[in-house]
Amino acid sequence: MAGLTLDLIGLQLFTGLALGAVYVLLAIGLSLIFGMLTVVNFAHGAFYMLGAYVGVYLLALGGNFWLCLVAVPIIVGTIGLVVERFLIRPLYGRGIDYPLLLTFGLSYVIVELVRIAFGKAGYPFDTPELLQGAVDIGIGYFPLYRLFVIAAAGVVLLGLWLFLERTSFGLIIRAGARDPQIVRVLGVDVARVWLVVFGIGTGIAALAGLLAAPLQGVIPEMGGPILVEAFVVTVVGGMGSLLGAVLAGLLVGVVVSLSSLFVPEMAKVSIFALMAIVLLIRPQGFFGRAGLMS
Amino acid sequence: MTSSGKKPTDISRRSLLGTAGAGALLAVSPFSINILRAQEQTIKIGFPVPLTGPYGTEAQDQVRAAEVAIAEFNEAGGLNGRKAELLVRDDKLNPGEAATRALELIEKDKVNFIVGSLSAAVQLAVNNVTKERGVIFNSISQSDAINEIADFSKFTFHEALNPHMTAGAVGRYAFPKFGKKVAFLTADYAYGHEMVRGFREAGKAVGIEELADIRHPIGATDFSTLLPRIQALKPDILCICNFGRDQQIALKQATDFGLKRNIKLITPILLYTGRLAAGAQAFNGVIGGTSYYWGIEDQFASAKAFNDRFRKMHDGKVPSDYGALGYGGVKTLLMAAKEAGSVESEMVIAAMEALKYDYYKGPQYFRKCDHQSVQSVFIIESKTQNQRNEADVFDVVATEQPNEANLRSCESLGHKA
Repeated sequence: MAGLTLDLIGLQLFTGLALGAVYVLLAIGLSLIFGMLTVVNFAHGAFYMLGAYVGVYLLALGGNFWLCLVAVPIIVGTIGLVVERFLIRPLYGRGIDYPLLLTFGLSYVIVELVRIAFGKAGYPFDTPELLQGAVDIGIGYFPLYRLFVIAAAGVVLLGLWLFLERTSFGLIIRAGARDPQIVRVLGVDVARVWLVVFGIGTGIAALAGLLAAPLQGVIPEMGGPILVEAFVVTVVGGMGSLLGAVLAGLLVGVVVSLSSLFVPEMAKVSIFALMAIVLLIRPQGFFGRAGLMS
Repeated sequence: MTSSGKKPTDISRRSLLGTAGAGALLAVSPFSINILRAQEQTIKIGFPVPLTGPYGTEAQDQVRAAEVAIAEFNEAGGLNGRKAELLVRDDKLNPGEAATRALELIEKDKVNFIVGSLSAAVQLAVNNVTKERGVIFNSISQSDAINEIADFSKFTFHEALNPHMTAGAVGRYAFPKFGKKVAFLTADYAYGHEMVRGFREAGKAVGIEELADIRHPIGATDFSTLLPRIQALKPDILCICNFGRDQQIALKQATDFGLKRNIKLITPILLYTGRLAAGAQAFNGVIGGTSYYWGIEDQFASAKAFNDRFRKMHDGKVPSDYGALGYGGVKTLLMAAKEAGSVESEMVIAAMEALKYDYYKGPQYFRKCDHQSVQSVFIIESKTQNQRNEADVFDVVATEQPNEANLRSCESLGHKA
């Protein structure tokens, strides 16, 4: 291939990491919810989209992007709390497909409500002024905003890690993921833990949606395709594993990016090929625990 | 969307009553039924468009504009008192669905004409049905194939531009102005391929150098992985040959990557609704073609009249490019029927072929061999400054006048000239 330089490959790798950052944010919420609640959350894409729309709404009210970064996860996370408390909680102990079907249906309801409230056409979402344009990162020009997305994902991950590893509530969450029954016997209100976990998961999904809005604009259907990719990431990383979600998210981003450079017609299939290969070698994914689905 | 909301039961009940009434009258006098028929029978135009799906916004605007044509026709007294009626159907942007709806419109609703479709593949599916049934079809979306002998029939008309004309006009404008080194970013389906071919043909005359044709799947949400390579190729011009949301996202991300710094971005069709949905920033400075932009009302009295009527009927809004085609598609058929004094296919075809019209965008006529509407192509540039209002988003920078030389020749399409 003509014009193939190290700089181009480097830039392509970097593009893949930026792409992966959004996958990571989405997959981490999915993985957190699945690892704790064994709920396969098909509404995750809808919460992602909701994050972008709440951002559009707040901006129209006169808010700014930085305020949205805080407000959007809180607002959508709160909606997540309500969903867990009143829709998902009654289904615990009924088998994995009950909440799966519920969230699947819920995603349709949310998308349709957004269509009714905001219309089908979608909204523009300008890149915040401070982050507009491209900067020279030594190997070529790269959009400043995408660098910001990588950094934002890093901050969220660091915060989540500190929360889980360094707080007593985090300790309970980790214990609850390992053996909810023992935790319950020890007198911990597991229901409350699950509620919070679902809220955090949906809040992070909403943040991912808000971060993606300046990349591609906002439409009601934006959560569909990326949910599929996020599921691939979760499966490759191992269902329920946060570290797995991070590594697999970045890996999937890089694989998509490099395959679009070398074999563009394979770019769309490449992530599924990656999933197939990983599952053949390690059926539980990178860091998954076997038997979680059974 | 009043017409689409109509329940099918309303129609069948009315036709049932009509049949029963006619039956009763038949028993009384064979003479009175003829009068009744002449007054009662409306001219029905079937209008299958993708109301749901990614092009829903455009399709709804097509319906609004078609309603304008119907209203004008009826107010002017119709065809000797016979009024026209629009039967809107949702083809869901699916060729199979569209063919079924078209068949229903012909068999069950007994439509006189069909106008519509918003995709190359869908219009060919509708055309297959209409040409077999001998019903006139006026297509209002872009396609090169529909002009070719394999798909053409005398019942086939094409009010829309085709990719050869659109991409050709944009290429003829842009290549001499912005440079000869050209790269393509193309949606990998008929629309994208036909547009690239149009650019290449126009480029031959100028002697362009093609650096790459990078394909992406239709419905892509991320182009970032394709952009570093384009940047490395250092073209003068990047032709972004995709449609709808693909176009919006591609332009937005190309802007973010700083491609506009040293590359001119051009598109075959620069969409009005897309510009509104994606915002000024992404489209800033992008050049493309269009069959219609409301701003040409300064140049053409017909455009002014159409816009004013549209504004009056639809809360002050202006018609979009594809919307205007809904008007043109219905208007031409109704005016031809009026000219012919009949809705009988052969007579209307002859009247359509003879039509020299200026209904909304300056002079137009249907070329005899392939029934392609010969018309002007407007080259527009998206602007961010000096916007007079929300709808004022483009500057018309050039107009390619109607000229058969810019169409593929009748012989090359397989027609006898």
